[in-house]
Amino acid sequence: MDFTMGGDRTLFAETLRDILDDACTPDAVRASWDHPSGAVDGLWETLADTGVLGLAVPEDHGGLGMGEVDQVLLLEELGRAACPDPVAEHSAVAVPLLRDLASSAIQEEWLGRAADGSAVLTAGSPAGGSDRTLVLVGDRADLVVLVVDGAVHAVPASAVDGQCRESVDGSRRLAEVAVETSDDTLVSADPAAVAALWDRGAWAAAAQAVGVAQRLLDLTVAYVAEREQFGRPVGVNQAVKHHCSNVAIAIEFARPMVQTAAWALATGRAPDGTLPGGDGQRAVGDVGPSTVASMAKALASDAVDLACRSALQCHGAIGYTIEYDLQLWLKRGWALSASWGDARRHRRRVAEGLGLMRP
Amino acid sequence: MDLDFTPDQLAFRDEVRGWLADNVPAEPLPAMDTPEGFELHREWEGVLHEARWSVVAWPEAYGGRDAGLVEWLLFEEEYYRSGAPGRVNTNGISLLGPTLYAFGTTAQQDRFLPRMASGEEIWAQGWSEPDSGSDLASISTKGIRDGEWFVLDGQKTWCSRGAWADWMFCIVRTDPDSERHRGLSYLLVPADAEGLERRPVGRLDGEPAFAELFFDGCRVHESNLLGGEGEGWNVAMATTSSERGLNLRAPGRFLAAADRLADLYRDLTEGDSPDGGGSIEGLLDEVVRAWTGAQAYRWQTYRTAAHLSGGGQLGAASSMGKVFWSELDVELHATALRLLGERGELVDAVSGAGPDAVDGGSWMSGYLFSLSGPIYAGTNEIQRNIIAERVLGLPRK
Repeated sequence: MDFTMGGDRTLFAETLRDILDDACTPDAVRASWDHPSGAVDGLWETLADTGVLGLAVPEDHGGLGMGEVDQVLLLEELGRAACPDPVAEHSAVAVPLLRDLASSAIQEEWLGRAADGSAVLTAGSPAGGSDRTLVLVGDRADLVVLVVDGAVHAVPASAVDGQCRESVDGSRRLAEVAVETSDDTLVSADPAAVAALWDRGAWAAAAQAVGVAQRLLDLTVAYVAEREQFGRPVGVNQAVKHHCSNVAIAIEFARPMVQTAAWALATGRAPDGTLPGGDGQRAVGDVGPSTVASMAKALASDAVDLACRSALQCHGAIGYTIEYDLQLWLKRGWALSASWGDARRHRRRVAEGLGLMRP
Repeated sequence: MDLDFTPDQLAFRDEVRGWLADNVPAEPLPAMDTPEGFELHREWEGVLHEARWSVVAWPEAYGGRDAGLVEWLLFEEEYYRSGAPGRVNTNGISLLGPTLYAFGTTAQQDRFLPRMASGEEIWAQGWSEPDSGSDLASISTKGIRDGEWFVLDGQKTWCSRGAWADWMFCIVRTDPDSERHRGLSYLLVPADAEGLERRPVGRLDGEPAFAELFFDGCRVHESNLLGGEGEGWNVAMATTSSERGLNLRAPGRFLAAADRLADLYRDLTEGDSPDGGGSIEGLLDEVVRAWTGAQAYRWQTYRTAAHLSGGGQLGAASSMGKVFWSELDVELHATALRLLGERGELVDAVSGAGPDAVDGGSWMSGYLFSLSGPIYAGTNEIQRNIIAERVLGLPRK
């Protein structure tokens, strides 16, 4: 048992933070609202160069061949920067699904291009269960991984009809997609593949949500320490302090579960001791990586909801304006909280793992 | 990052599990805070000690196994999941023990630690006073030096286990001209000291689990001074770090309660219970939320353990843990009571209310106990101030 992320991973995350601080500024995020493709100019190419896009692509396909534990801190940084590009869906959802489950023909066609950034991959959540899945950049991605009739497919742009829908978050370019599937697009008809897609999407959203929550807390702490009323900083007031402390606590207890979920997805099992075992103790449920990923999403969604609400309240009217940058993270927080299933939806998945659902 | 336990850790867990399966009393002991229950819990401490399970993380010389932090966390998980009796000497083992290791002389460690480990001497905490609760630095109980002795005058209150404990660890003002954090000293006071009177106080559940201590010219020898004279505040802060952090309330306690909550839900929805059926299924979300909270505490703790093993400090971050586990405990028990509906108010063990984590008590008894968590060891309002000021860096004024 060793719950440390390690210096190399932390260093990689710091490198990405520096890149995003430079290339994905609040102004750049705003500019993406009106960009024809919804992207931040030049960012995709920069991230391809650093290996972020191909992190999970096997080395023989030109990637870094790394895993979920290597990726989790990077996903948090994407949330911290409110990155509009579909980096998480591409690198942490679509790529691992293809890597683990797709035919070698699909892998040959797409993994190399995913690694060098010449193709944009995205993925759609099975949480809604609707036939009109909302997909990030679903109208312009080169390949969309999603569930159709209970099977996971990887559908190239030529077979995707994407209708753009406007999100509250102008930097999330969403499309409702209708796709034409064929034997060539099939990744897997195994229900486990649908679960794997959902697990990865929920986990990636959870990690980004933690990053958003942390950024909201950092902004709020800085603001209330500075802003003066009645001749002193508003942050000296206990009511304001307690809002901030509550958010700090929520993040403190969501983040380790998100990292635990990374390990569970990488190993394909829930950590030992998640359920009681041994003589005389009730053997209950059947928990696996899905249960851990869903716990992570439930905790992260709740944390980011609290962070959004508290950040806005502590900022007061300035936080309610479109000019002030706080709204970039508020809106991303609202979106990520529900994206890939909200907290309640994921607690139902945990209940299934615990054997608490009636058959 | 490796979330698998090592073969040694798994062997340790198997040994704990096996021993508990063979030795945990089949029938729950009487409540800890009754005269009979107190002594039976003391005997149980002796049974644990005999098999060297009472203080697994302590050195072998003092009755422990030199177990690492992860092994200790595993021990706690197994202990509470087994339904073993509550630990009557927690004040000693979890709070004073670490403080003795940090500040005690070798003579003090030799004198106190072995008898603490065996349950021969049960400890109570004498800190709060009638006018000093959250504001601990305002205490006024005096301990005036007279040669080799300190002469104590004043009153302490809310001393858990204080009615029957053998020793108390107290903070007193040894410099009568001092104010606030200065001039305080940390004294170990035997219960049979002349000039000390104890009066039991009934807790919310009616058990005399609290005591008031009245010092009237009570003489305590200087060999019982822990840390330097006038250094009591620093010594006390080491204890509070244990009290708020994972020494006192490891995740095992809450994981066990969470699993029992899931069992309760399963029983009520599967069985023929009069309160079962569709009406409680709306509570499933709350059940899973509480269960998930216990898991979140588990992983935050393993992460903290790695941080500490790597030479890191716990510091003010322990306040985040204290708020989280104390409010989780309330949530676990309140959810169980909502599941039980009208039967939730029953406190007799045969009520069918289902065993709580400790001593087979009812969920209501556990709920009453859980309600003390956000109050003791510094109220959660104080903890949130500490988090805001010392973790987040917000201005004090």
